[in-house]
Amino acid sequence: MRSYGLGNRKLSYLVLPFKFYAMKNQQQTTTYTICYHCGEEVTDHVHRLDDKEFCCAGCKGVYQILSENNLCNYYAYNHNPGQRFNHDTRLEYLDEQQIINQLIDYTGKDSSIITFYIPAIHCSSCIWLLEHLYKINQAIFSSRIDFIRKQVTITFSHKEISLRNLVETLIQIGYEPLISLQDVVKEHQKALDKGLILKIAVAGFLMGNVMLFSFPEYFGLSGLEKQFQVLFGWLNLAFSIPAAFYCGKDYFISAITSLKHKHVNLDTPLALIIAVLFLRTAFEIIFNTGPGFADTLTGLVFLLLMGKWLKQRTYNHISFDRDYRSYFPIAVTTLINGLEKPVSINEVKIGDRLWIRNGELLPADAILMKGDAWMDMSFVTGESEPVHKVLGEIIYAGGRQTGEAIELEVIKPVSQSYLTGLWNHDHYKNHVQKQNFNDSIAKYFSLAVFTIAFSATAYWLLQHDSHKAWSAFTAVIIVACPCVLALSTPFTLSAILSVFDKKGFYVKNTDAVEQLAKCDAIVFDKTGTLTTTRNAQVYFNGKLDDHEKKIVASLFRNSAHPLSRHILKELKTGDFFQVKNYQEMLGKGLSATINGSSVYAGSLSSNLKAVDHQPFSGVHVVIDNVYMGNFVIEQEWRPQLNVLIAQLNRSFDVQLLSGDTNKDERHLRTIFPEKNQIRFRQSPHEKLDAISALQDSGRAVMMLGDGLNDAGALKQSDFGIAITDDINNFTPGCDAILKGDSLSLLPNFIGLSKDGIKIIKASFAIATAYNFIGIFYAVQGTLYPLVAAVLMPISTVTIICFTTFATRILARRNKLFT
Amino acid sequence: MNILYFLVGCSVLMALIFLGAFIWAAKTGQNDDVYTPGIRILFDDELEEAKSEEDHFSS
Repeated sequence: MRSYGLGNRKLSYLVLPFKFYAMKNQQQTTTYTICYHCGEEVTDHVHRLDDKEFCCAGCKGVYQILSENNLCNYYAYNHNPGQRFNHDTRLEYLDEQQIINQLIDYTGKDSSIITFYIPAIHCSSCIWLLEHLYKINQAIFSSRIDFIRKQVTITFSHKEISLRNLVETLIQIGYEPLISLQDVVKEHQKALDKGLILKIAVAGFLMGNVMLFSFPEYFGLSGLEKQFQVLFGWLNLAFSIPAAFYCGKDYFISAITSLKHKHVNLDTPLALIIAVLFLRTAFEIIFNTGPGFADTLTGLVFLLLMGKWLKQRTYNHISFDRDYRSYFPIAVTTLINGLEKPVSINEVKIGDRLWIRNGELLPADAILMKGDAWMDMSFVTGESEPVHKVLGEIIYAGGRQTGEAIELEVIKPVSQSYLTGLWNHDHYKNHVQKQNFNDSIAKYFSLAVFTIAFSATAYWLLQHDSHKAWSAFTAVIIVACPCVLALSTPFTLSAILSVFDKKGFYVKNTDAVEQLAKCDAIVFDKTGTLTTTRNAQVYFNGKLDDHEKKIVASLFRNSAHPLSRHILKELKTGDFFQVKNYQEMLGKGLSATINGSSVYAGSLSSNLKAVDHQPFSGVHVVIDNVYMGNFVIEQEWRPQLNVLIAQLNRSFDVQLLSGDTNKDERHLRTIFPEKNQIRFRQSPHEKLDAISALQDSGRAVMMLGDGLNDAGALKQSDFGIAITDDINNFTPGCDAILKGDSLSLLPNFIGLSKDGIKIIKASFAIATAYNFIGIFYAVQGTLYPLVAAVLMPISTVTIICFTTFATRILARRNKLFT
Repeated sequence: MNILYFLVGCSVLMALIFLGAFIWAAKTGQNDDVYTPGIRILFDDELEEAKSEEDHFSS
C-alpha cells in the first residue's frame, strides 16, 4: 500500500483554522479537528457555529435546533454524544391512515401513544434529550425511554402534530426511528410473559408459609401445643392446593400432552410426584394420620419454577427471531395513473407499479419497466458490487437501487418472492425433533422409579401390611424426585450463558447451548464473517503526486457515495480546488473539470475509450485522459483466522460457502488447508441445500453467517451463529449472536459447552446417590416427612453449588474467565 | 396460648398483602425496565438555563 504520508495518525484535538495547515502541508504535519456533535474526525470542510466545529451540515443542524430550544445540556452529560447520520428516508407513508393505525399503540380523544425503536440510543445524553422532547414541540406531552430495549414511548397530541411531523422531529435531532415490516416493538411486548413470574411469587409465598407452620412439627410439639397441630395441618393443606393446581398446572398439562403422543418427557415424572405429594398430604391431614408432605410439595414446586425461569430467561435487547421483514420497510411508493402513492407492503398486488428511488429496497419480485437499474444485491447474494439490469429483466426482492429512480411491475406478492421463499422452505418442517439430555433420560428414570415403587408395594402387600404398602409406594415416588435433574440443566447452562455473554457471545437460550455441544461440522460464510466491515482498507495502485492528490480529493469531496467518503478519508487533504462541470453518473462514477484538468473517477465499464483495459476492479482515476491507477477498497480479514481454522480442523469438519466470486480464493487457501471444501457463487438457496446435504450425511452442522443471504442456512443448521461487529445491528434469525472480535474464541466456547454437558451428567450421578439413601428408607415404609423435607433441599443445594463451581473452574480452563 | 390463633391469622394476612403488592407491581410493568430510572434520577434540574441562553446570543 502506498501511504499518504501523514505519518502521525494520532488525533490531536487542537482546534486551529484549516487554512493554516494548507500552508504547512509541505512539512506533512497535520492536526485533526473533531466534530462537537458526533466526535468524528473532520476530514473535509469545517462547519462552524457558536465557536464549535462540526463535520457536516447534519451535525450542525442538530446543534442549532438544540441550542435554540435550550437543550445544550445534551452536550454536558457526555462528550460528543451525537451520531453522524444522513437521512434521505421518505416519510410520505406516515400520512396514510392505515399505516398510522398499524403503528400507534393507543389513540384517545386528544392524545396518542406510540413506541419507536431507535437504534441510535446509546448514552445518558440520549435519554436526557429524548425525555425533553416537549421542549422542542409543545404538542409532545411526554416521552419515556427504555434504554436497554432502545425504545421511546411518546405521548403526543395527534391534532397538533402528525405522526410524520413527529418522526421528522426525531430525525432532525439525529434519532431516526427504525420502522420496519417486522415490528420489533410489538414483538417485545408479546414476548414478555408475566405468568411465570407470578407463579414463582405465589409459590415462594406458599413455601415460606408452609415452612413456618411445619417448624413446630420438626422440633416436636409439647402437649400444650398439640391443639395447634390440626390447625397447622389444615393451613398447610390449604396452601398446597394452589401450589399443586395453580403453580404446578403446566407440569400436568405437559405430562398429559406428552402421554397422548406416547412419549415421556421430564415433566411426566414431575407431574406424578406433585400429584402423589398432594394426595398423600390431603389423605394424612384429612384422616389425621400424620403431618403430610406440604413442605416438600411447595418447596419442590418453587424450585422447579425457578429452574424453568432460568431456562426461559433470554436477552431483552437482542432479538433472535428476525426474518426478512425486519429488513423491509413498512411501505413502498406505487404509481397509480402516474401519481405517487405510498402503500403498505402487505397490500402490494401483482401488476402494481412500484417507484423505487436511490437507496430504496425492492420488496417484491418485479420486472424493470423504466429507468436505469443498478441493483445492490448484497442482501440476497452477498455480492458487494451493484449489478446492472436492463429493461424487461426480472429483479428479485431484496435488491437496493443505487442510482436514479426506477419503475417496476410486481410479478409476485411480497410473501411469495424468491427471497421470502427461504423462510417458507419445506425443509424446516421435517427437521428432527431436537431432544435434550433431560428428556432422553426421563424415560429410563421413570421406568426405574416405577419398578422400585411397585416391587416395594408388592412386597408389603405380600406381608399383608396394606398401610406400609401405600406409604412405601408414595415415599419411593416422592424421594426419587428428578427435581435435581430438572434443576441442574438450567443452572449449569445459564451459568455458561453468562460466561459467554461476558465474552461477546449471546446464545438464545439454554437449550441452544446443548445444541452447540453436539455440533461436529462448521460452515463459514465469507463476506462479513471472515472479513470485517468495520475497517475497509484503501489501496492505490499507481502514483499520485501531491498536486494530483489534491485534484482527486476535490472531486471526491462532492460525492456522498460511501466509497468516495472512504477514499477521501484516506487522502487526508485539507485543501481543495474549485470544481467545475461536476457530474455524478449514478452507479458509475464522477467527472469534473478541476484546475483546468478533466478528471474522472469510477468504474471501467463507463470509462473513456482512450484508456487501456485494466483488469482490476475498484475506483479508477483518469486525469486528462491519462490513466493514473485505481483505488482498491478491500475488506479487512479478521485477525488470527489461520490459528482459528487450524484449531477447529482438529475436531471438526470445516467448510466455506461464499456468495461472492472466487477472487479471494488464493488468499483463502492460505487459511483453509486443502482438505476443507470451499465453494463460491452460492445463492442463498444453494447454501441452504448444502447445509441439509451435510445433515443428511449424519452431521450436526454449525453455520456462521452474517447477512440475509445466509438466513436460510442459519435457520436450517443445527446451530446458527450470526456474526456482527455491532451488536445493535440487525442480524438474521439465529441461535446465537457472536461479536466479530470474539470469533477467535469460538473453539473455547464449544469446549465449554461440551464441558457443561459433562457437568450435567456428573450432577445426575450425585443426585442418584442421594436418591439411593432416600429409597433405602422409603421402601421400608418408614420415611418420615422430616427426612424427605431435609433430603430434598440438601441435594438441591449440593447440585446448585456443584454446578456453579464446576462451571467456573471449567470456564477458567477454557480461558473464558475474566 | 389462644392468642396464637390471632397471630397466625395476622401473619398470613401480612404475607398476602405483600404478595398482592408484588403481583400488582408485576402486572403494571413496574419491573419491566430496571435500568433507565437509575440514570434518569442523576439528571440535574435546569439550573443553567439562563446562562446557556446568554451564551447563545453573545456568540
